[in-house]
Amino acid sequence: MIPAPAFLSNPERFMAFSRWAAPMFGAIAVVLALAGLWLGFAAPEDYQQGDTVRIMFIHVPAAWMSMFVYACLGIASFLSLVFRHALADAAAQAAAPLGAAFTALALITGSLWGRPMWGAWWVWDARMTSVLVLFLFYVAYMALRAALDDEAKAARAGAILALVGVFNLPIVKFSVDWWNSLHQGASVFRADGPTVADVFLYPLLLMALAYMSAFGSLWLVRIRGEVWRRRAEALALRAARA
Amino acid sequence: MSRVRALLARETALAWGKGGGPMVAVGFYAGVATLLPLAVGSEPERLAAIAPGAAWVALALAALLSLDRLFERDYEDGSLDLLTLSPVPLEIICAVKCLAQWLATGLPLALAAPVAAIALGASPQLSGLVIACALLGGLAFSFMGGIGAALSLGARRGGLLTAVIVLPLFVPPVIFGGGALASLDSGLPWKAGFALLGAYTAAAVALGPLAMAAACRNALS
Repeated sequence: MIPAPAFLSNPERFMAFSRWAAPMFGAIAVVLALAGLWLGFAAPEDYQQGDTVRIMFIHVPAAWMSMFVYACLGIASFLSLVFRHALADAAAQAAAPLGAAFTALALITGSLWGRPMWGAWWVWDARMTSVLVLFLFYVAYMALRAALDDEAKAARAGAILALVGVFNLPIVKFSVDWWNSLHQGASVFRADGPTVADVFLYPLLLMALAYMSAFGSLWLVRIRGEVWRRRAEALALRAARA
Repeated sequence: MSRVRALLARETALAWGKGGGPMVAVGFYAGVATLLPLAVGSEPERLAAIAPGAAWVALALAALLSLDRLFERDYEDGSLDLLTLSPVPLEIICAVKCLAQWLATGLPLALAAPVAAIALGASPQLSGLVIACALLGGLAFSFMGGIGAALSLGARRGGLLTAVIVLPLFVPPVIFGGGALASLDSGLPWKAGFALLGAYTAAAVALGPLAMAAACRNALS
C-alpha cells in the first residue's frame, strides 16, 4: 500500500499530524500565492494576449487541480471501498466540494479569458466540454451522497460512482486529440520542454504550488471537521442510549 | 443457462408491459422531436443541419425515461433480495436486466429514430447509420443508465438523482454517435466515430454490471 495513507490511516496519528500540517500548508499557500501573483503582475504583457495573459496564472493551476482533486477522490474512494476505512471515506467526502470549486474556478476564469480573446464567453470545444463534464461528475457525486440517508450506504455508493467517474479522466485527455481543438495543446508538460517563456512559467508554477498547498490545507481541515462530526454523533448516540 | 433465459423472459415481459414499455418511450421520443422544430423554427435548412444530432440527443433523453423502473420495482417489492439469493451471480442478473431494458425500449427507439431524423430533414441515406448508432448507443445508454439506477436505490427523489448521475455518463456515446452521423452527413469518414461508439458500448457492457451489482449489494445491505 502507499506509505502516506498507511501512516495516516490511524485516526489518532492523522489528527496529530493534521493539527500542525493544515495551518502550515495554509501559510505556505499564502506565501506562494503572494509571490506568484506579484511575479504575475510584474510579468510583461503578452505580445498577442496583452494583459489577459495574467488570467492564466489563476486559470491553468485551477484546471490542473480540478483533475488532481478528482484523482485524490478516486484514490480515497478506492481505499474506502476496498479497506472500508472510515478516514478514507471522510477524505473522499471532503475532497468533492473542493474539486468542484477548483473546476468552477477553471471554467469561470476560462470564460473571462475567452470573451476578449476568442470573442465568446463559451465555445463548445472538446477540452472545455470535458471539464464541464468533470464538474457534472462532482455535482453528481455530491448529489448522490446528499440523497442517501444511511451514511454507510452513501459512502459506498459514492465510492462506486467516483470510481466509475475515474474512467472520465482519460477521456478528458483523449478527447483533446480526437477533435481539432480550438483550445491550446499542452505547453508545459511536453517531452521537448515547456514552450512557455520563463517570465510566465515561474509565476505559473508558483501559483500551481500555492493551489496545491491550499488544497492540502483545506482538505485536511475538512477531514478533521468530518472526523469531529462523526465523533460528536457517536457520543450523542452513546449518551442517548445511556 | 435456463435460469438466465427465464430471467430474461421475466425482465423483458415486465419491461415490455406494465407501463413504461416501448409505446411510452417512442411516444416520448416523438414528443421531443415535435417540440424541437417548434422551439428552433421550421426553416428546412436550419432543421436539416441539426436533424441527425437532434434525433440522437432525443434518443439519449428517451433512454433515461424507464431507468427508474429498472431496479426500483424489484427493490421495493423484495424481488431483488430473492434475485441476489439465486445461484446466478448478481452481475449476470444486472446485465440481463439491462439487456431486457434495451430489448423493450432501445430496439423500438432505434426503429423510430430514422423516422424522426427524416421528419426533421435529415437525408434518408443516413437512416442505416442512424439505426446502427441507435442500436449500439442504446445498449450503452442501458448499461450506463443501469449504474445510475442502481446507485440511487433507496434515495430520496431517486428518479431525478438517476438523471443527474447518468447524463454525464452519456456524454461519450452522444459525442461519438453524433460525430459519426455528422461526418457521414458531410461526406467525411464516419467509421472512427462509429468504432469509438462501439468501443464505449463494449466497455459499458463489460464493466457496467460490476458497478451495478456492487451498488445493488450496497443498497440491500
